[in-house]
Amino acid sequence: MFYREAGDFKTSYGADNQTFPIKFDRYRYYAVLAIAYLVIPFIINDYWANALFVPFLIYAIAAIGLNILVGYGGQVSLGTGGFMAVGAYAAYKLMTAFPDVSIMIHVILAGGITAIVGVLFGLPSLRIKGFYLAVATLAAQFFLVWLFNKVPWFYNYSASGQINAPERTVFGVLVTGPNTEAWAKYLICLVFVTAAGIIARNLTRGSVGRKWMAIRDMDIAAEIIGVNPLTAKLSAFAVSSFFIGVSGALFFAVYLGAVEVGEAFGINKSFLVLFMVIIGGLGSIFGSFAGAAFLVLLPVALKIVGVDVLGWPTDIVSHLQLVIVGALIVIFLIAEPHGLAQLWRVAKEKLRLWPFPY
Amino acid sequence: MKMKKIAALALTSALVAGPAMADLVFPSLSYRTGPYAANGIPFADGYMDYFTMLNERDGGIGGVRIDVPECETGYNTEKGVECYESTKDIGAGALIYQPLSTGITYQLIPKVSADGIPLHTMGYGRTSAMDGATFPWVFNYPANYWDGASIAINHITDLEGGSLEGKSIALVYHNSAYGKEPIRTLQDLSAQMGFKLTEIPVDHPGQEQKSQWLQIRRERPDYVLMWGWGVMNQVAIQEASNINFPMDHFIGVWWSGSENDVVPAGAGADGYKALNMHAIGTDFPVYADIQAHVVDKGLAAGAGDQIGSVLYSRGMYAAMLAAEAARTAQEIAGHGDITAAEMRAGMEALSITDARMEELGMAGFGPAFDVSCQNHGGPGLAYIQQWDADTQTWSLVTDLIASDRELIGKLVEEDAAAYAAENNITPACN
Repeated sequence: MFYREAGDFKTSYGADNQTFPIKFDRYRYYAVLAIAYLVIPFIINDYWANALFVPFLIYAIAAIGLNILVGYGGQVSLGTGGFMAVGAYAAYKLMTAFPDVSIMIHVILAGGITAIVGVLFGLPSLRIKGFYLAVATLAAQFFLVWLFNKVPWFYNYSASGQINAPERTVFGVLVTGPNTEAWAKYLICLVFVTAAGIIARNLTRGSVGRKWMAIRDMDIAAEIIGVNPLTAKLSAFAVSSFFIGVSGALFFAVYLGAVEVGEAFGINKSFLVLFMVIIGGLGSIFGSFAGAAFLVLLPVALKIVGVDVLGWPTDIVSHLQLVIVGALIVIFLIAEPHGLAQLWRVAKEKLRLWPFPY
Repeated sequence: MKMKKIAALALTSALVAGPAMADLVFPSLSYRTGPYAANGIPFADGYMDYFTMLNERDGGIGGVRIDVPECETGYNTEKGVECYESTKDIGAGALIYQPLSTGITYQLIPKVSADGIPLHTMGYGRTSAMDGATFPWVFNYPANYWDGASIAINHITDLEGGSLEGKSIALVYHNSAYGKEPIRTLQDLSAQMGFKLTEIPVDHPGQEQKSQWLQIRRERPDYVLMWGWGVMNQVAIQEASNINFPMDHFIGVWWSGSENDVVPAGAGADGYKALNMHAIGTDFPVYADIQAHVVDKGLAAGAGDQIGSVLYSRGMYAAMLAAEAARTAQEIAGHGDITAAEMRAGMEALSITDARMEELGMAGFGPAFDVSCQNHGGPGLAYIQQWDADTQTWSLVTDLIASDRELIGKLVEEDAAAYAAENNITPACN
């Protein structure tokens, strides 16, 4: 009925290659963008921005980054927290060293610096795979956190070792610091998320992404058919770290404003983003968004229902949160190992056949 | 998308079911879960119970009832932000925040300054906030970390007969903004007094400290100072007793001196010392009131099993200082429904006298002091308390000890000036 290729004629190669070949999908995508850009900024308030949308968008970028590495490249990484810290500290050093340069450029440069660090820690992936690689990236996590704690240069010798984001503007509108309007915070994150989503989607369906997937599925076979594992693996690390670095920079500069490396970018962060990727769906850009939404919004929703609506004690709700989120993760992994993205895929297949399933 | 709708629905219903407009709102950002819960629970209980007692006994402050919405932060800055945003607009707006976390404090200092809500970080947070000209919305009376460091050193100097020349002191600290705070003061003191300072960091959450205590065992410092919190305290005291470190040479800051920290180490903790910014025990009339109006009515917060413990008393003390500031604010404003800005004026005009403490049923519980714009940090006095493992009690072993305010004033000036320069603030007192 409404979810069909039928009648949607493609008359050029460009049209044939588009990201969303089905008309309904395409319009849904435009509708989501229109709501995100034209409706939400006008109705958003501090609570919605700081508690829900901004963390969701920032984690979505991190999840896209990790999904490129784990889901598309097949290289397991537990260093996400450490790479986010690189992005955050790079942004901080750039913001304080070059106050006149736009924050947008700083965030992108922070992503670039993280990409370089990511490639360095990706070098062992040329020799080791699987769990052993996970342990090597775990070393990155602990080393980077230790480094930012240990060397005072990174936090400009402040007494407490905290880094604080100074106020910066984009087109004259504050986007960092405490006086930032909710909509400005939200929009700057949204711009980066949109760009990250479009870039990641197009990378993964082009030749670069195909090389990553070939390496993921069987590296020896990929090498035989002419995929260079060195460039494929290291480019996966570089692109992945770039996105993670951008998310770390936004996490520090736009979302929290003040960061302490051990607390904000500890091993828990690595696991959180990995769970997002697994629950959302490995090897799916939509899955990155779904996973980030699931793990950011669910705890807040549970808290609101438990404490504010039902009036339960805060500690019981907090413990229940752990139980429920944990149980849901287990149930998901059993019932749908391919994550939320697979549910979405199945739903689309069903829609195609509806109303005459066979 | 569906999840957002559910959250939206839940949020709207939550806002509809909010408290009446006329309440005084004192949000409690507490943590009753996670590795810091052992210390977070008694403080949150004390904070809540004192306000409940005021509601039950006096009908609130100046006839206006008090609402204490609680929000669980888990000592986590992200949850802390969520809690701050969700509580700041309750009723007529939150009047004061006391997050009991240095990390969350750093997060909130710029936010409260922009939103105009006072922040009281009693004995924690950013030390240089005692400069009220630079930090108009932040208060840290009656004492701060740098006072704590200086008081601990003064106590050791007394024990050593006036000179620390050639002595060695190790600082075991939580490797975070909290633990790093005293380092600069201790370094300056070490240069000034000629003792050797060894800094030994412990990473969050601090359950694993074997290597740190091995280092202490090897280097045998004369004294060990500790800036710990949560599970780190219990582990450190246990490890110190394992290596037979003389416990009376082991001194914790006021956040490392509660019953929950020493009890797990059993007899090994006997003689352990800690700072404290207030008196201890339940021999104060205020406890009788809490018993009569809160506990006996079944209104006690949490499990109700923390009453009288050190951190419970501190939570109660924090609530008392907030309530007194609100009372002062009401007097200045001339009406009961004060706003956050009026609350700030009340805090800055706060005057705690011995006579007032006696009226509150807390005679001798804490020092008398006045707050001013120039000094948001109070007098900077603290006791030393010592643990007796046989009777399972803390007892105060010294009088109030003063800190080296000359040195601290200089350091505060430097740090506040750096903050003002970074954030384009022109320090001013009006």
